[in-house]
Amino acid sequence: MSVELDVFVGNTTIMDEEVYQLWLDGYTVTDAVKVRMEGGVLDECEANADVVLSDTMDQYRTFHMCERLLHSPAKLANQLLYQITPHRQTILIERYYAFDDGFVREVLGKKLSKGTKKDLDDISAKTGVTLKSCRRQFDNFKRVFKVVEELKGPLVENIRHHFLLSDKLAKDYAAIVFFANNRFETGKRKLQYLTFQDFAFCAGQLINNWTVGAVAGPDSFVDNMVEDMDVDLDKEFLQELKELKILITDKDLLDQHKSLVCTALRGKTKTFNEMEANFKNLSRGLVNIAAKLTNTKDVRDFFIDLVEKFIEPCRSDRWTAADMKLYLTHYTNSVHILDTFKHQIVWDRYMGVIKSCIFKMYHD
Amino acid sequence: MPGKLKAKIVAGRHLPVMDRASDLTDAFVEVKFGNTTFKTDVYPKSLNPQWNSEWFKFEVDDEDLQDEPLQITVLDHDTYSANDAIGKVYIDIDPLLCTEAASVISGWFPIYDTIHGIRGEINVLVKVELFNDLNRFRQSSCGVKFFCTTSIPRGYRAATVHGFVEELVVNEDPEYQWIDRIRTPRASNEARQRLISLMSGELQRKIGLKVLEMGGNAVVGYLQCFDLEGESGLVVRAIGTACSLEKLSSGSILNTHTHPNTAPASNACNSPSKDGKEPVFGEDLPSSSGPPTPFRALPTSSSSPPPPFSPSKPCSRQSSSSDTDLSLTPKTGMGSGGSAGKEAGPLKTLLRQQTQTALEQRQEFPFFTLTSFPSAFLLHVGGVVNARSVKLLDRIHNPALGNTRSYKLLDWNSVTADEPETRDAWWEEIRQEIKSHAKALGCHAVVGYSESTSICEEVCILSASGTAAILNHRYMREGCLDIGSTDHRFEEPSPPTCGFCHIPYDELNMPFPAQLTYCYHCRRQKVPDVLFTTIDLPAEAAVTGKGCHIQARLCRLKKKAQGEVNATAISNLLPFMEYELHTQLMNKLKLRSMNALFGLRIQISVGENMLLGLASATGVYLTALPAPGGIQIAGKTPGDPSNEQHILTIQKRINDAIAKNKELYQINPPELTEEGVGSPIPEPRQRSRLFRSHSESSDELSELDLSHGKKDAFVLEIDDTDAVEDIHSLLTDANPPIGFYSCNTETMPGIYNWTSGIQMFTSVRILRLSNTNLTNQGLNKIFTDLCENLLKSFYFKLRSMVPCCLCHLNFTVAVPEEELIQVAVTAVAMTFDKDQTQEKLAEKLIPKGGSDTDEQLQFPLELCADSSNSQPSSKISVSSLEHSSPLPEGRSRSLRSSRSFGGSSVTVVKMTPLSFLPGTRIIKYLGIINMFFIRETTSLREEGGVSGFLHSFIAEVFAMVRAHVAALGGNAVVSYSMQDCVLMENPNKNQAQCLINVSGDAVICVRESDQDSLASTTTIGHSCSSTTDVTT
Repeated sequence: MSVELDVFVGNTTIMDEEVYQLWLDGYTVTDAVKVRMEGGVLDECEANADVVLSDTMDQYRTFHMCERLLHSPAKLANQLLYQITPHRQTILIERYYAFDDGFVREVLGKKLSKGTKKDLDDISAKTGVTLKSCRRQFDNFKRVFKVVEELKGPLVENIRHHFLLSDKLAKDYAAIVFFANNRFETGKRKLQYLTFQDFAFCAGQLINNWTVGAVAGPDSFVDNMVEDMDVDLDKEFLQELKELKILITDKDLLDQHKSLVCTALRGKTKTFNEMEANFKNLSRGLVNIAAKLTNTKDVRDFFIDLVEKFIEPCRSDRWTAADMKLYLTHYTNSVHILDTFKHQIVWDRYMGVIKSCIFKMYHD
Repeated sequence: MPGKLKAKIVAGRHLPVMDRASDLTDAFVEVKFGNTTFKTDVYPKSLNPQWNSEWFKFEVDDEDLQDEPLQITVLDHDTYSANDAIGKVYIDIDPLLCTEAASVISGWFPIYDTIHGIRGEINVLVKVELFNDLNRFRQSSCGVKFFCTTSIPRGYRAATVHGFVEELVVNEDPEYQWIDRIRTPRASNEARQRLISLMSGELQRKIGLKVLEMGGNAVVGYLQCFDLEGESGLVVRAIGTACSLEKLSSGSILNTHTHPNTAPASNACNSPSKDGKEPVFGEDLPSSSGPPTPFRALPTSSSSPPPPFSPSKPCSRQSSSSDTDLSLTPKTGMGSGGSAGKEAGPLKTLLRQQTQTALEQRQEFPFFTLTSFPSAFLLHVGGVVNARSVKLLDRIHNPALGNTRSYKLLDWNSVTADEPETRDAWWEEIRQEIKSHAKALGCHAVVGYSESTSICEEVCILSASGTAAILNHRYMREGCLDIGSTDHRFEEPSPPTCGFCHIPYDELNMPFPAQLTYCYHCRRQKVPDVLFTTIDLPAEAAVTGKGCHIQARLCRLKKKAQGEVNATAISNLLPFMEYELHTQLMNKLKLRSMNALFGLRIQISVGENMLLGLASATGVYLTALPAPGGIQIAGKTPGDPSNEQHILTIQKRINDAIAKNKELYQINPPELTEEGVGSPIPEPRQRSRLFRSHSESSDELSELDLSHGKKDAFVLEIDDTDAVEDIHSLLTDANPPIGFYSCNTETMPGIYNWTSGIQMFTSVRILRLSNTNLTNQGLNKIFTDLCENLLKSFYFKLRSMVPCCLCHLNFTVAVPEEELIQVAVTAVAMTFDKDQTQEKLAEKLIPKGGSDTDEQLQFPLELCADSSNSQPSSKISVSSLEHSSPLPEGRSRSLRSSRSFGGSSVTVVKMTPLSFLPGTRIIKYLGIINMFFIRETTSLREEGGVSGFLHSFIAEVFAMVRAHVAALGGNAVVSYSMQDCVLMENPNKNQAQCLINVSGDAVICVRESDQDSLASTTTIGHSCSSTTDVTT
């Protein structure tokens, strides 16, 4: 005796959030049943193992059938096949597009290609995320990437509009798309300590300040139609960054800058001596990063450079986060007092991002 | 040329990719009605085409409008090869033919393909202009309203209930035609879908004609079924109750009080518009003057179909049918009295005879498919009557020579496979049987009547069942509009809370042995100790505690056989199955300490090697009936100490279960107070009765006692294997978990304060019995577990809705193949407020209300219902003759916008098998939804196996029902049911096919709290209507 067929269809589609999560996490039906039973589901409604199995299979089938719609979430709202409340729709989409930080950290900055997809089993083994779930997350990245690639206008807005995601999730996807597009190196050992959220924050900073769209500003309609405006860095700006080199090549300027910073810092921090000793090195590091950004290769190494040229030296000198804040604030602001330096706007645009990125990245 | 059908194709969306190269589609649309086809332009390279076509106009007979669906085919244009079909939409025009229903069909319809399922959506606009034609009712019956609802629809009043209407049409099944060998599965499925759509259109039209001839304007409790007889054809049959309905409104109520006979002129539903109900109402029916001739209700005009049951018709054709000895079929009846009422006795009898003769003379079968009635309609209930017969389906060898009826609308030149008369004769036999059973119970009518079939190969079991009853004659008289007037003078009114329980038969001449006592409620008349019915619990009935779903399940193996041998074997098994099901029901009822069953439905399904029996009902403790006795266990060999011990433990378990159930269902009947006025109950008599019920049979199945001798139904002998089985099944039936209740009736007796949460669902489960040498017991266990596990699954699935009640639990069993058992369930879960108190009892009439004629209570409510119902719109159409006058359209638009769910573009459509939605008021019935779909797959594995296949098909069917309702401007389906779900699979070939037939009433309902805002929007309409009143 065996169950040949077993279906349950509600006029309003019934979805259990717990089972949905198990499905998203790539559990097999058998494993999901085990997890549910261990979670005490049997205590509810005098259920037995058969009931839980039947329910789980049913839910899995429903999710599987809905998956097609989740690939273009806008369809979910005006399809007729499943009657799902708007609130439920939002949950379904949000959860479907949610990802594991551990997983995304592994593919961040990589090309979203078939080659990467082949490595997913390694990533699965490394992160403990099931292969099924890895595939879903990877496909989500790729899908979002492909859709926004062809769209004009602000990146986050486009993602939110096309995939009906929350603001937070849309921003995260924007970061992923931004990283994938610019192929930032994130996998080096020295960068391992950084979390996805660190990178996402930095991506946000870069998108908001260094791209073409950033100049146009949110109120400018003319420039809103520029393709890839939030994905590509502003070439003109990168060119202008070369002008900053004067800060390290002009010896007077460098000394003047140093003395201004040191005056301001004196007595305010325990690590003053190290700061004073390292000033020229650190400043060279930051300005060199800026000057090299016209090279695509160097853009990719942006984060590794930040860590190697600035964060690591500071860390070895045992700067505290407060020290870092103090130093960078004065380092940035002092330039305003240098009369001979003419590139204040470019400097601010550059250092604004660098400052917040370093603050975010300066931790263990 | 009585009608012009106009259709406009607006746009498509989510179309499938038909051109792999471009990932796009070049779609165009063919719109077909009858033999006329129009085409839209090709909209190139788009998955979301905007055709915005012109209005395609079809000039057609209204007869065709009723029979034919509008057929919309979406195709992909291909320059070099044949155009590929994407899918089809069939739109039933019927709702547009009735002024009171929808005025326009507009919305997104899923594009359906029988092989691929839903493939995108199409936006369509459809309108109908009907012309006045003096000769309009030759063949068509436009304007007759159809309702699946088995009670008087809310917002209407039954002026007259005319009675039973039935019809069937037969055709050859396209699936079994020679052409099927050469055409594609898609073409075959579409031919079948189209044929069935045509047949049900025709059937509905014919029923409508009968209704018009009876003088009615509506069919309530319309039930249509398909019999897929395979080689021998396809039968579509329908039964219903013809009524004259009136829209309830302040105006009509006034009018009916003052000038009952002029009511039609001012009444909304009788507007003399193109549907032309006026002449019907103006028709002076002869019943008042002289005794009408028998069968006068039957169609006699030459243009009508042949009379379905002319009594003289020979039934010689079915020579091979093996008739069950019908006297063996149980006549389940637990009576209630009243005939011997002391004061009103003679007068009442006289009256009843009048009613009876009037009824019998007017129609051959005084049957009613209704399950709930306006108050005071149902006087007494006798008990369940049912009849079954086993027939052999025999192919008519030379149809061309027979009484052929060709379907001019069909694509091929087909002839019917069989005369419908043969089927008619079969059903007539059954109905006669039912009628005679009812008579034996002293009743003149059968209510809650239904018919069903079960077919396996060439054997067919026809079943009919209902509840014998005595009805108030007032509703049966033609032109009787004086509800609420002084017609009560003859009757000594029985209190409505218990009157229906009083026995209708003569106490001295009882049709079966039963224990009679004086009614525990009024103490004036006799009541039986147990009452079984197929109807819903009357709203005014006094009930103690809550009700519960009770099911008896049974499997019986039979030998595989062919032809007559097989039929005989089946008919021999039937009475035993019925008896056992009945015993099970009785035991389970007693175990729950209840004394009445409502909504009883007994199904017997036949398979090649087994018969399945399933009886479902809702148990209740009727306050008017005596408390049930317990269940006693007796051993056959007294004296054996070990056995004695065993019996004692079982007895204890049963007693514990009874005590537990009493608590669970809150059954604490009020102690009888002896000072009851004029209580004629002698104390000792009552005692003895109570005592006797423990030990003596009150089983009415006296005719069947041969199977168990004189054994008492309620003393279970433990040595008997059957009894062991019974006890086992008794004690294994789990009660619903805390927070859940379940019933198979409209609402749960004892729960009155529903909240608005509802979830309708359909669940199907099929078991494969791998063990070939099963015993009856083993099979029973499997079947019982299957049903119990299904219920458990429902409770689990719906646990977030607690406290809630599963209502209208409708189990359908089938044996689709050898070794397969299929159970399909449709039900609705409804939430209710836990903190209900008994004071709420008075309020229970409100959700059930609409149909009641209880003006005192209903008047203020009906007043606001009136302001929101569609009366204004129909009034206007009277004067303007414009079907879609701007005002009602504007109003429906405003309704639509208020319905639309925040942001989502899809209208939320609620579905329920009940006749109402809790917390809402139905303000308009938009017409009947009756849809038939076939789905087939040749890639079963890829679609997730049979479960995946059926799951998506059911979801698709729901989606198509919702889309049609939304296009009619509705937001809910009430009285929804799935009549058929036939699944055939062949996993080895990776194939499966499924047929589903669903029906229901499309409605607009508004939340009760929205009533005020709505009333304000309709004031304009109202003032308009009053001005038109003046002009008309």
